[in-house]
Amino acid sequence: MNNIKQEDTNKYEQTFNERDQKFLEFEKPIQEVSEKISALKLADIGNPAIKSQIESLEKDREQLIKKIYSKLTTWETVQVARHPQRPHTLDFIKRIFTDFDELHGDRQFADDASIVGGLAYLNDKPVMIIGHEKGRDTEEKVRRNFGMPQPEGYRKAKRLMRLAEQFSMPIITFIDTAGAYPGIEGEERGQSEAIARNLAVMSELKTPILVVVTGEGGSGGALAISVGDHLSMLEYATYSVASPEACASIIWRSSDEAEKAAESMKVSASELKKINIIDEIIQEPLGGAHRNYDLTSEIIKKSLVKNLTSLQKLSNEKLIERRYQRLLKIGT
Amino acid sequence: MNWLTRLIPTIGTSKSKSTVPDGLWSSCPACESVLYAPELEKSLFVCPKCDHHLRIGARKRLEMFLDGGAYKEIAADLITKDPLKFKDTKNYTNRVKDAIAASGENEAIVIASGKLESMPVIVAAFEFRFMGGSMGGVVGEKFVMGVEEAIKTKRPFVCFATSGGARMQESMISLMQMAKTSAALQKLKAQNLPYISVMIDPIYGGVSASLAMLGDINIAEPDALVGFAGRRVIEQTVRVDLPDDFQKSEFLLDKGAVDMIVHRKNLRLKVHALLSKLYKQK
Repeated sequence: MNNIKQEDTNKYEQTFNERDQKFLEFEKPIQEVSEKISALKLADIGNPAIKSQIESLEKDREQLIKKIYSKLTTWETVQVARHPQRPHTLDFIKRIFTDFDELHGDRQFADDASIVGGLAYLNDKPVMIIGHEKGRDTEEKVRRNFGMPQPEGYRKAKRLMRLAEQFSMPIITFIDTAGAYPGIEGEERGQSEAIARNLAVMSELKTPILVVVTGEGGSGGALAISVGDHLSMLEYATYSVASPEACASIIWRSSDEAEKAAESMKVSASELKKINIIDEIIQEPLGGAHRNYDLTSEIIKKSLVKNLTSLQKLSNEKLIERRYQRLLKIGT
Repeated sequence: MNWLTRLIPTIGTSKSKSTVPDGLWSSCPACESVLYAPELEKSLFVCPKCDHHLRIGARKRLEMFLDGGAYKEIAADLITKDPLKFKDTKNYTNRVKDAIAASGENEAIVIASGKLESMPVIVAAFEFRFMGGSMGGVVGEKFVMGVEEAIKTKRPFVCFATSGGARMQESMISLMQMAKTSAALQKLKAQNLPYISVMIDPIYGGVSASLAMLGDINIAEPDALVGFAGRRVIEQTVRVDLPDDFQKSEFLLDKGAVDMIVHRKNLRLKVHALLSKLYKQK
């Protein structure tokens, strides 16, 4: 992986091992079993009695995960989408593509690290990748503004999309943001215009665009890089017009009603598939993407390859007309 | 919920300002001068004392803008359903009913075909009294129908936007209207038909970050507030006091977001003059 800071590279090589795993509130029962397993593993694993106890507990844990994850509430899904250990764009780039060259800057003002983009191969085919990146540790999160782009982030994305179009390369975007950053500088530099312009440009870009919502699809800040020909969501990702907290404070005048807002807005992949906003739900490994980066990436890769192959059969003209017609159907 | 809560852009709120009241006498929301209705009508609802531009409804806007106040409405009958069965303190269908009663409009936008100084034009005007001018599926659909009519009849397109943003009660359907309206405007552009966006106080969120900012020429009325995130959200996020003129028309002009600020009394002639330069009537 070129052009990415060395410490970032190392970070995105690893995944979280069992001992560092963070558990969500509703995962308490899973945590208890996991702690028991860890404790036993510290003891003598050579001892066959302990070994079989571990194996039995691991089976219990799997059943427990299956049970809990088979009926997540909308609010629990929101928490999984925001899980601190959820794989990010750079984790997926590392695992799905080869020979990634990150490209920087909007050529006008700055490089916004909350959106990463660049060239890579998907099974030997060159593609342009663009995605939100929230960052992993504190220093990186701050540098990447927690994945909340400024206008220059969207303008960088637009530049890279034009580049992809020029060289007939498909575009793959990964969506994971709480939203575009609400700040003074962003307003001064035209946050609204930057988002609006991307929507207009993407609607007529002469190359296939595949969008994968991997974590939080937060409002216009997510939409600004997700107008495309195939829109998929990871099983526990969310996508909505505003964050549940923001919606709650608007409708219920209290962000404490976020849980209700999440349900009412139908933020989950399964709900959005029902109303035809998205094309595909990408199944996550047992217990969510954060439990298995490699497998999640493999599943996403399969979906990308399959859908890209079918989209590439269309002429650019047909592709753009199809993209427009898909948008027209929404809300009629 | 947590610190993130404060960082999320607010879409759909705006401080309430009184719209033009029905009575004969009222007061200016800015300078509190007493306003006399017939006089106000003559001044196009601009305060004669302080020049404050009062909020006006979509239909009043169209009457003021188009020749003889005459126009043919497009897609007048489209009414919003409740696609998500949105659960709220009040159900969405009832909110829409109340909005229809309060505004006298079927939705938060009116699309008109008419003439501006004899030039045939298609005009979209947002109705702020209808759920804060928020954009749901029907608003997006009507806007696109207007743009398509402009393409079909080879006419310029003008939009008077005033909106709190995307409509929460239709969540993703609302959000997607941003993409849908922007895509339609790109089709208009491909036909070399001009689009003039006139920004009316206030515009935020999903409407600011789509159709309002995409004018070939962007015009703001004086003292309009236009931005992506609301002032309160930004103040809570960055924890500084914002200057008084933040996100106001002068600010927008200064930062390069709009081409010009035009007083309401000059608006129709200015828009016509601009269209005359951009567009050769066929």
